[in-house]
Amino acid sequence: MPDSCGSDSPRSKRFLRLMAAPTALAAVGLVLTGCGSKASDTKDSASSAASCVDTSKDTIKIGMLNSLSGTMAISEVTVRDSIALAVEQINAAGGVLGKKIQTVAEDGASTPATFAEKAEKLISSDCVAAVFGGWTSSSRKAMLPVFEDKNSLLYYPVQYEGLEDSKNIFYTGATTNQQIIPALDYLKEKGVKSLYLVGSDYVFPQTANREIKAYAAANGIAIKGEDYTPLGSTDFSTIVNKVRSADADAVFNTLNGDSNVAFFREYTNAGLKAADMPVVSVSIAEEEVGGIGAQNIAGQLTAWNYYETVDSPQNKAFVDAYKAKYGANKPTSDPMEAAYTSVYLWKNTVEKANSFAVGDIQAAADGVTFDAPEGLVTIDGSNHHVTKTARIGEIRSDGLIYTVWDSGKPITPDPYLTSYDWAKDLGK
Amino acid sequence: MDVMIGQLFTGLSLGSILLLAALGLSLTFGQMGVINMAHGEFIMAGCYTAYVVQQAFSTAGISLFISLVIGFFVGGLMGVLLEVTLINRMYHRPLDTLLVTFGVGLVLQQLARDIFGAPAVNVVSPQWLSGGVEILGAVVPKTRIFIMVLAIVCVVALALALKATAMGRRIRAVVQNRDLAETSGISSRKTDIGTFFIGSGLAGVAGVALTLIGSTSSTTGQSYLIDAFLVVVIGGLGQIKGAVIAAFALGILNSYIEYSTTASIAKVVVFVLIVIFLQVRPQGLFTVKTRSLA
Repeated sequence: MPDSCGSDSPRSKRFLRLMAAPTALAAVGLVLTGCGSKASDTKDSASSAASCVDTSKDTIKIGMLNSLSGTMAISEVTVRDSIALAVEQINAAGGVLGKKIQTVAEDGASTPATFAEKAEKLISSDCVAAVFGGWTSSSRKAMLPVFEDKNSLLYYPVQYEGLEDSKNIFYTGATTNQQIIPALDYLKEKGVKSLYLVGSDYVFPQTANREIKAYAAANGIAIKGEDYTPLGSTDFSTIVNKVRSADADAVFNTLNGDSNVAFFREYTNAGLKAADMPVVSVSIAEEEVGGIGAQNIAGQLTAWNYYETVDSPQNKAFVDAYKAKYGANKPTSDPMEAAYTSVYLWKNTVEKANSFAVGDIQAAADGVTFDAPEGLVTIDGSNHHVTKTARIGEIRSDGLIYTVWDSGKPITPDPYLTSYDWAKDLGK
Repeated sequence: MDVMIGQLFTGLSLGSILLLAALGLSLTFGQMGVINMAHGEFIMAGCYTAYVVQQAFSTAGISLFISLVIGFFVGGLMGVLLEVTLINRMYHRPLDTLLVTFGVGLVLQQLARDIFGAPAVNVVSPQWLSGGVEILGAVVPKTRIFIMVLAIVCVVALALALKATAMGRRIRAVVQNRDLAETSGISSRKTDIGTFFIGSGLAGVAGVALTLIGSTSSTTGQSYLIDAFLVVVIGGLGQIKGAVIAAFALGILNSYIEYSTTASIAKVVVFVLIVIFLQVRPQGLFTVKTRSLA
C-alpha cells in the first residue's frame, strides 16, 4: 500500500541520491555475476552480489518478510498466510523443480528499517532464493537497495503509486494504470462530468490526485474540489459540507485507515447517497468494510483487481482453501490474492528458467503466466510488473464487494504512464 | 448563507466533541494536576465498551444508553486502578507521571489490539439517530445533535456535582488547599480517588458517544488526547467554564478556517493562534484564583 514515501517528494529525491551509490554497485554486481551463472556456483568474491543459495539439497528456501507486529500486522499477517497457503499447495503437488519449498519467516515489525535489516539477513545468512512480502511503500523503498545490492529477488504484492521499477523486484499488485485509471474510465463511461477529490494528506493521495487531475483535464471532467485531511483525522463534517455544496457527480476517495470510518459515517448521516453522488475508493477492501459498517457504505464503489466474489473456478479453489485453513469467517482480499499469485509466478518462472539463480529468473520472467484467482496474469519482463484485470466493485450490505465492471482482459502494466499523452508531465 | 450556518453547527458540534473528551481531563489534570497520558485510552475503553455492549444487546437503540452508563463505570474503574497502583505514588513527580501514564496508554492500546484485533470494529448507530435534521437550510446529522446534548448534560451534571454534593465540596476543598482540607478532617486519599473516578468515567462516556461519529480502534483515544489537553490548558487549569468556552471557541474557529482553507492548514492556523494566545495569557482564560469552580 502506498504511503508517505513517494518518488516525487523532495525527501525521496534526496533518498534517490543517497541510493545512487549502492544502485551503481548493484549494477556492477549484476555485470560481474553475469546472467547465465548458476546461483550455487557463483563464488565471485569481488561482487557483493554473490549468492549463497544452496541448490544441492532436495529443499529450497524462500523468505516471508511481513509485519507480524506493530500497526501493519493485521494486514500483513493475512498476506503471510496467503503465501504459506501457496507454498503448502505447491509442496503437496511436488514442489519446484523437484525440491520442496522451505519457508523462513521474518517480522518486519511495521518499521521500514527493520524490513531492510531482515531482508539482508534472509538473503545473506538464510540464503533464501527469493523473498515475498512488504506492504507499505516505505518498506518497499527501504528494501529496494538491499535487494539490488545483494542481487536477490523480492516479490511485492500490494497495489502502489507506480513510477518505480527495479530488476530485483517483481510487483504483483496493481500499478496506477491497472487501478485508478480504469476507475476513471468507468466513471467517465457512466457520464460523470465532475469529481470531488478527498484524500489523506501524504504522498500517495497527492500523487494519485495529480494523475486524476491530469486525466480529468484531458477528458473534460471538472474537479469541483480537492481536500486532504491529516492521517488519522476523525472529523469530516466540514469536508462533507464542502462536498455537499460542491455538488459533484462523484467523489474519488484516497483516504487511508480509520479516517474512512468517520468519513463514510458523516457522509451517510448528512444524507448523501451512493445513488446521487457515489464515492469511489481505492484503499477499502473486504476487511475494511467490516470496520466501517456495511450499512454505512453499501452501494459505494471500489477499484481493485480482485474481490472475494470473483466468479471463477480458480478463485473458488483459492477461497475454499483459504477458509479451510484459516477459518470460514476470514475474507480474502486483493493484496492476499496478489501474494498468493506471486508465489506461483516465482514457481513458474523458476521452472521456465530451470534454475533458481536470480539472473536466470530475470531473463526468463517475461511472458511467464499464472491462472490466478483474479484471472490470467502475465509477467511483463520490461518492468517486472504483471498484467492485471481491473475491476470496479460495489459494496453490498453483506459486507462483500461485487464486480460491476471489469476490463475484460488483463491490462498491460505501465508504471510510468508513458502510453498516456496527458500523463507526460507527471514525472516532472 | 446556509453554508455559513452549516459551518456554525459544525463548529458547535466539534466544540462539543472536544468538550466531552476534555471534561474528564479538566478534573484529573485541571483540578488535580495529574498529567494523565492514558486519558485517551480511557476514551478508547468507552468505545470498546459500546462495542461489547452492542454485541450483548442486539438492539442498537437500547445498547447506546446502557453503554453510556457502563462506559462511565469502566472508564472510572480503570482510572481508579491507575490512581491506586501508580499515580498515587508520584503526586510530587509530575514528569514521572507523564512517562508512566504514557507507557500505560501504550500497554492499553496493545491490549485492545490483542483482544479486539487491529482493524476498527463497527459500532452500529441506533436507527433513530441516523440521517440529519435540516436547520435553517443546513443539514446537521442527528448523531452530532445527540453529542451536543450529551456534552451539555455532562457539563451541567459535573457542575452541579461539584457545587452541591458533599463529594464535590471535598474535591474543591482539596484542590484549593490540600493541607487545610486534611486538617479539617477530609481524607484527601479518598477524595483523590473519587476525583479520578469521575474524571476517568467522563472519558468513558465520551468514548461511547464518539463511536457514533468515528471509528473504534486501538488508536481512537490517542487522536483526541492532544486536543483535550489544549482545551484544558486554554481554558485555564481548574476551570470547567474555561474548558467549555475554550472547546467551543476552538471548534468554531477550526470549522470556519477549515472551510475556507484545508483541514491541514486549519490545524496549523489553530495551533499558531493557540501559541500566540498562550504567550499573551499563559494561565489560560480563567485563573484558579477565584473561589468558584463552575
